[in-house]
Amino acid sequence: MIDVRLLARGFSPGRALARFAAAHPEAGGIASFTGQVRADEGVEALELTHYAPLTLPGMEALAGEAMARWPLSGILLHHRIGLLAPGAPIVLVAAAARHRRDAFEAADFAMDHLKSEAWFWKRERRADGWHWIEPRAEDHQDRARWAR
Amino acid sequence: MADGARGAEPVGVKLVFLGRLADLAGAGEAEIAGPLDWPGLLAALPGPLAEAAATERVKLAFNGRVLPDKRALAAREGDEIALLPPVSGG
Repeated sequence: MIDVRLLARGFSPGRALARFAAAHPEAGGIASFTGQVRADEGVEALELTHYAPLTLPGMEALAGEAMARWPLSGILLHHRIGLLAPGAPIVLVAAAARHRRDAFEAADFAMDHLKSEAWFWKRERRADGWHWIEPRAEDHQDRARWAR
Repeated sequence: MADGARGAEPVGVKLVFLGRLADLAGAGEAEIAGPLDWPGLLAALPGPLAEAAATERVKLAFNGRVLPDKRALAAREGDEIALLPPVSGG
């Protein structure tokens, strides 16, 4: 099962994972990653914008790529848009597979691509106003690990 | 459509500015007269925005598809062009 969503409101990664696990009794393991708004460094809020014609289709293509590359029984990609408070979950990635190595790798692959290739723009509000977040060089290096 | 007044209005090329480009543009969207090619788009944008758009880091989407070569842009009235700065998700 491919479960790809853009979420305009807060969500519970725990509940989403429980549903995903229930949908995949055949999987021997599920690897997941949750990204959340860092609550330090004076960040008051985070805002994620997207471009509807590209963002969800791009995430669906990414999910399809992971399914084609590893023997998965399912993959889940949930990503927030809109205004987020510190501590709030931004992204949830999960991969279900018969064997753990495939699940770990597919989740890692999906996160690296969501960070530096998916169509999202992030800015954070600090005491002195809004600041756009640029991708870091490490994010591109992380993604480059999967090139083939 | 029986809305004659609206039908008579010229429809421009819709521009969508994402991320920090929306700040440079002062708005998320704008409309300009078509037809529009790449030099025409650069000429129509205010200076700082045109400079940003010209860099390799800024990609162009045309009617919902990323252009492999933005210099090949050929937009007409009713088309949508999105200017896409480097992304930052997750």
